[in-house]
Amino acid sequence: MINLFEVAETNKMIEQENLDVRTITIGISLLDCMDANIDVLCQNIYQKITSIAKDLVKTGEAIEKKYGIPIVNKRISVTPIGFVGASACHSTDDFVKIAHTLDRCAHVVGVNFIGGYSAIVSKGMTKAERLLIESIPQAMRETELVCSSVNVGSTKTGINMDAVKLIGEIVKETAELTKENDSIGCAKFVVFCNAPDDNPFMAGAFHGVSEADSIINVGVSGPGVVRNAIKTAKGKDFGELCETVKKTAFKITRVGQLVAREASAALNIPFGIIDLSLAPTPAVGDSIADCLQEMGLERVGAPGTTAALAILNDQVKKGGVMASSYVGGLSGAFIPVSEDQSMIDAVEAGALTLEKLEAMTCVCSVGLDMIAIPGKTSAKTIAGIIADEMAIGMINQKTTAVRIIPVVGKDVGETVEFGGLLGYAPIMPVNEFSCDEFIDRGGRIPAPIHSFKN
Amino acid sequence: MEKAIITVVGKDQVGIIAKVCAYLADAQINILDISQTILDGFFNMMMIVDASHAKGEFYEIAEELEKLGEEIGVNIKLQHEDIFNKMHRI
Repeated sequence: MINLFEVAETNKMIEQENLDVRTITIGISLLDCMDANIDVLCQNIYQKITSIAKDLVKTGEAIEKKYGIPIVNKRISVTPIGFVGASACHSTDDFVKIAHTLDRCAHVVGVNFIGGYSAIVSKGMTKAERLLIESIPQAMRETELVCSSVNVGSTKTGINMDAVKLIGEIVKETAELTKENDSIGCAKFVVFCNAPDDNPFMAGAFHGVSEADSIINVGVSGPGVVRNAIKTAKGKDFGELCETVKKTAFKITRVGQLVAREASAALNIPFGIIDLSLAPTPAVGDSIADCLQEMGLERVGAPGTTAALAILNDQVKKGGVMASSYVGGLSGAFIPVSEDQSMIDAVEAGALTLEKLEAMTCVCSVGLDMIAIPGKTSAKTIAGIIADEMAIGMINQKTTAVRIIPVVGKDVGETVEFGGLLGYAPIMPVNEFSCDEFIDRGGRIPAPIHSFKN
Repeated sequence: MEKAIITVVGKDQVGIIAKVCAYLADAQINILDISQTILDGFFNMMMIVDASHAKGEFYEIAEELEKLGEEIGVNIKLQHEDIFNKMHRI
């Protein structure tokens, strides 16, 4: 029988260490909504999303009450609109129309975000996908809750450098169009290599074509809990440190599994996966950087940071897979700068640079996340940053991503305020040497060799 | 049987258990086990209850208990036992 000690431990995690379920995300296939007429298509999309997801928020809230654990976000991901709009959309305006429909759906059912304004162009772009990508800046400006992503590469296909170059320009344009709000449009857009089909986290969530008609995916969290656990292993060797993180990850994930099963039964939608990502928030103590610093680093960014992050990431997975049979999505530690107070502090103290962040992304999910850079950074330099990150993903057979914000009118030394879960960020310096000729080559980087690894 | 855990934490005073128990009796919730201690002047209680025949939905009872807690001046939580079972048992 459950004892007082165990009850107290669980409730301490929830009340003092910010343990929560970060998101319940319903993935919805829109493939059966397709039509050659844009208005019919939008009508079909609206009908399908609002009928499948109508009880999501209510169900989420009932589960919160039943177990006494917060479920921070309720979200929807849909089939990449690059496919869905292929026959109906003949201009960027047509795609933006779909973005407005998605935004309306999200407001009607009361979710925090809807993801899937996306295109999968890892090898080549269809005409429709190019139009969708070109419509992203306008869509991000005119909608509130729509998130967008583009997959520009994979280990199996290589990297579509034409798309990378285009995305560099799209990021700049999105920043420009939303400059009154510190270029916040860029915070809703992410570019991927090896994007997973079942990711429940924004901005990169979409419902892949390999998925069922609808599915429940759950993202757990709890860096605060992990950090406090690491504190108990102060001065102990790595074996014991790993054991501590693993045990904690198990406990966190079991809660996610419970919530996922419960939501799946209540909504009568099959359960897909648990995403084991540790996701920070700007709340004090809810920080990945704190976990790393608790391991013995003065500041995140100091030598040893990449090794510490590798440990954290791997042990979270080891504990997590024991707790849930179906693990997927991104599953790793997130290192968004603006959403993590200690990460921000490290940047301001000069301990953490863009280059170190890039190294850290080699051992964790997902990539360069929520990083504010000077607004004067050129489209080609942004494309170069994206290309580097995509190459890490392609060669290492992992998901990598870039969500970077060139804040119009701001430069190094200034900060940018996004508000809410997105937090605030100091503008980070970018290497100013040119990569223009490299980006201008065009074409595609071939897929890497899959044997003779070293 | 639908078992749930009630935790009551707050400053000790006369009648905490009485008020909680009166509510539970009224809501047709059966108490299976109680453990209680005073830690640094703070009242700490855990109850295991059977809520299978409870009047109303689980979340409604949780809300009402929370409200009762506010009236008494303590923190009352009702949680389904599964969250503890899943977290602490393989």
